[in-house]
Amino acid sequence: MLLKKAAAAAVAALLATAAQAQISDGVVKIGVLSDMSSLYADIGGPGSVVAAKMAVEDFNPAKHNMKVEIVSADHLNKPDVGSSIARQWYDTDKVDAIVDVPTSSVALAVSQITKDKGKAFLISGAASSDLTGKACTPNNVHWTYDTWMLANGTGSAITKTGGDTWFFITADYAFGQALERDTEAVVLKSGGKVLGKVRVPLNTQDFSSFLLQAQSSKAKIIGLANAGGDTTNSIKQAAEFGIVKGGQNLAGLLVFLSDIHGLGLDKAQGLIFTETFYWDLNDQTRAWAKRFAAANGGKYPTMVQAGVYASVLHYLKAIEAAKTDDGTKVVAQMKAMPTDDPLFGKGTIRADGRAIHPAYLVEVKKPSESKGPYDYYKIRATIPADQAFRPLAEGGCPLVK
Amino acid sequence: MAATSQNISVTAPLASAEARRQRIGFVVMVAILLVAPFVVYPVFLMKVMCFALFACAFNLLIGFGGLLSFGHSMFLGTAGYICAHAAKEWGFPPELAIVTGTAASAALGLITGLLAIRRQGIYFAMITLALAQMLFFFYLQTPFTHGEDGIQSVPRGTLFGVIDLTSVWAMYFTVLAIFLGGFLAIYRAIHSPFGQVLKAIRENEPRAVSLGYSADRYKLLAFILSATFSGLAGATKAIVFQLASLTDVHWSMSGEVVLMTLLGGLGTVFGPVVGALIIVAMENYLSPFGAWVTIAQGAIFVACVLTFRRGIVGELAARFGSKGNG
Amino acid sequence: MEIFGVPTQALFGQLLIGLINGSFYALLSLGLAVIFGLLNIINFTHGAQYMMGAFCAYFLLTKAGVGYWWALAIAPVAIGALGVVIERLMLKQLYELDHLYGLLLTFGLALIIQGLFRNEFGSSGQPYAMPAELSGGHNLGFMFLPNYRAWVIVASLVVCLGTWFVIEKTKLGSYLRAATENPSLVQAFGINVPRMITLTYGFGVGLAALAGVMAAPIYQVSPQMGADLIIVVFAVVVIGGMGSIMGAIVTGFGLGLIEGLTKVFYPEASNTVIFIIMAIVLLFRPAGLFGTPK
Repeated sequence: MLLKKAAAAAVAALLATAAQAQISDGVVKIGVLSDMSSLYADIGGPGSVVAAKMAVEDFNPAKHNMKVEIVSADHLNKPDVGSSIARQWYDTDKVDAIVDVPTSSVALAVSQITKDKGKAFLISGAASSDLTGKACTPNNVHWTYDTWMLANGTGSAITKTGGDTWFFITADYAFGQALERDTEAVVLKSGGKVLGKVRVPLNTQDFSSFLLQAQSSKAKIIGLANAGGDTTNSIKQAAEFGIVKGGQNLAGLLVFLSDIHGLGLDKAQGLIFTETFYWDLNDQTRAWAKRFAAANGGKYPTMVQAGVYASVLHYLKAIEAAKTDDGTKVVAQMKAMPTDDPLFGKGTIRADGRAIHPAYLVEVKKPSESKGPYDYYKIRATIPADQAFRPLAEGGCPLVK
Repeated sequence: MAATSQNISVTAPLASAEARRQRIGFVVMVAILLVAPFVVYPVFLMKVMCFALFACAFNLLIGFGGLLSFGHSMFLGTAGYICAHAAKEWGFPPELAIVTGTAASAALGLITGLLAIRRQGIYFAMITLALAQMLFFFYLQTPFTHGEDGIQSVPRGTLFGVIDLTSVWAMYFTVLAIFLGGFLAIYRAIHSPFGQVLKAIRENEPRAVSLGYSADRYKLLAFILSATFSGLAGATKAIVFQLASLTDVHWSMSGEVVLMTLLGGLGTVFGPVVGALIIVAMENYLSPFGAWVTIAQGAIFVACVLTFRRGIVGELAARFGSKGNG
Repeated sequence: MEIFGVPTQALFGQLLIGLINGSFYALLSLGLAVIFGLLNIINFTHGAQYMMGAFCAYFLLTKAGVGYWWALAIAPVAIGALGVVIERLMLKQLYELDHLYGLLLTFGLALIIQGLFRNEFGSSGQPYAMPAELSGGHNLGFMFLPNYRAWVIVASLVVCLGTWFVIEKTKLGSYLRAATENPSLVQAFGINVPRMITLTYGFGVGLAALAGVMAAPIYQVSPQMGADLIIVVFAVVVIGGMGSIMGAIVTGFGLGLIEGLTKVFYPEASNTVIFIIMAIVLLFRPAGLFGTPK
């Protein structure tokens, strides 16, 4: 399964006669592999391609005597499609790095192939904390977020403020299960109890029966261990069944700006969750977001798309510093260099591939509090970078000794 | 599906002109497959071969047995899962894993065949669909398949202890050997006395029964053979792609194999191979265009049913004056 | 109070939800049963036509400002008309052939339609606002029942029973049934059989579209919405008896209830139970629970 998206504006720079770096085939080729048409298309999707291109533009390859090209493809949220594309990209299309990949099951497959072929995998969309845990590789960098961070941010904040009995509605695949597992651990550690859980196939349309089970469990908090359309569907239908009116609260364990946009503030108000990027944090993020929205049909960036930008930028800087685009070496270089970009600020990448940056506990504004398009969040707390992610020793990553 | 056949003689062996045409066709196919990997991405070709074998196995049942199964994905997928599990969790070498997967599909074919053969026509199709769906949901839930993630990182292993299959060339020629072996076995089955009786049953079951043949037993045997070779395709695919996932047991996969066989030509020898090649190539090259693949597949279905019922190979054969592809 | 270890409240709640799902199954399988029973066509496009009904409602609302109640009337007619076109252009040619060709043709059409919509809209689904008159709900004690879902049950029952009545108990229905059994004879009596067949197909398709409009406010209006549903609906029709109208209705509601029960006691099997029943029925009574062997 091949290919460049038609008319993808490849950013090509003039190649100087003497190349400064040992770039394979003379071109650094970056493949944006995402869900372009389905459940997670608004979270990553075409927006991730936009973000990647912006990163290349801002890096300005011409200035560094490099040539960079971007291709993209749709993995349809299926591991077999994703791994086929990855394999073909690496084998015949000379792609050097794959970025984004929302959907943890696809990411796990691509991660394995990337390791086998010695390339680089810059993960922004996928969530499973196993990618820097027991499935870590020397070729992975995991940006933006993972299930442990979400569980810790959202889970502990809610449990400690009174939401101490939980019921989980979980999307039945790697991500959902990891999120449920990590959140359950945090809830129990914070003194809460888990009263029940139910596993739901991906892309379910009707949550009524599961919501009813959640209702009858009488748990104070219904944790939605799902994402994208599954989450918005659950929230909409929960409103229909009067769950919040009946006294229970929904905890969206993974919610994005695009979800809130789709739901509307009247349905989403009061939701509390954790993100690592919000466009309205400071002047730099605001300026970037405006540029992004102009190139993305007016849609503001989600944290996944921001992560694609940041990871591609850091990757290109690392290539220049390491003077090669060999995946394993570049990733090692990425870990050796501190990260710095206008979106996530300053941070580092750990030995297990985990990119460390601050996280934010946000609450969705009421409709009356919002003053403009995409003005959706109040920042309730900032979790400093060194506390936001799972401690290095606890992941079970073989690279960490 | 009686409307697809051409005249076939039940008792006489293959006419020599026909046999010669098919031998030439076989040689051409082998030659192409030997040369192609130097020009075309070998992994793509391996995918084509796996699906071609699947389609040939399916064709055995519908083209020659006259039975449309709408649940054949259960054989492809079961073998894939069992083979992947055997290779990854039990540490089987690839040849043993593939055999195990194939055997699982054969056993499944026996059980489901016993249930399905009792009905005919649309009811047969519906039973196979029901059984395949039950199996799909079973695989969705059961832990060893890991649900949406599938069984990943299946080791390629070392064939017979000597050939390292992580090398693309070793893998390619192994798949080629398996494909040709399966193809020849199916060919042999079609042109044996067994195959002749099967065709007779398809043409006129009461008459065959009155001649003393146990129609149910022949149909069951055809069903099991079809399941076995579908399993072989599925198990091989799992080793090549190092992955076994829900896609292979979903009902849309059953629809795809129908499409491949219909497009290539039901009841022809090379039709399924041609059909598989076209469909897999289409998916590969049209994939950046997203939903156009689905649209194209649908359009092919419609065109084939309305105007092109003999499929590509069937039309070619009719055009160039052969008397059936017996 | 508990029944088999499950609190009655939860049980009744799930049964009610099951009944709601059953309403959709019944409406959809009704259209399919009408088409197969009277025309011997296996209409695999039914799921796509259901989806088009929902999209039609969506377009009416967003492009023309036409609300839900109008959509309930307009969408079935519009999509039914498309069905008529399909029948005239394509299905007509297949009547002489094996049923299975009809199945393959409609399967191909479903792929085309779904693909076209997915191309245009992506898979994620469009929002469709609940009509204001039906929002909110009532607390029944054992669960909170949204008004809209109650409406679905009622409307579905009315449509189903109405259709059954027309087909089984009126003169028009008897012409239809006669025409299926012996078209040339009925034609000899001066009844325009081909036109009746075409209109019947259109009617069946219209029923699918109606179900789509009713689904729009509570499920996502997405190109995929019919794809997995169609298999379940087939199972319902097969179990009920492929030509039996009452069979489809009863099985549709019954299946919703059984699914609801399974979700309480053994949720992992809730998706499978229908296919198990389908397999059993096919083995022991292929004509279905209410059908007559053809």
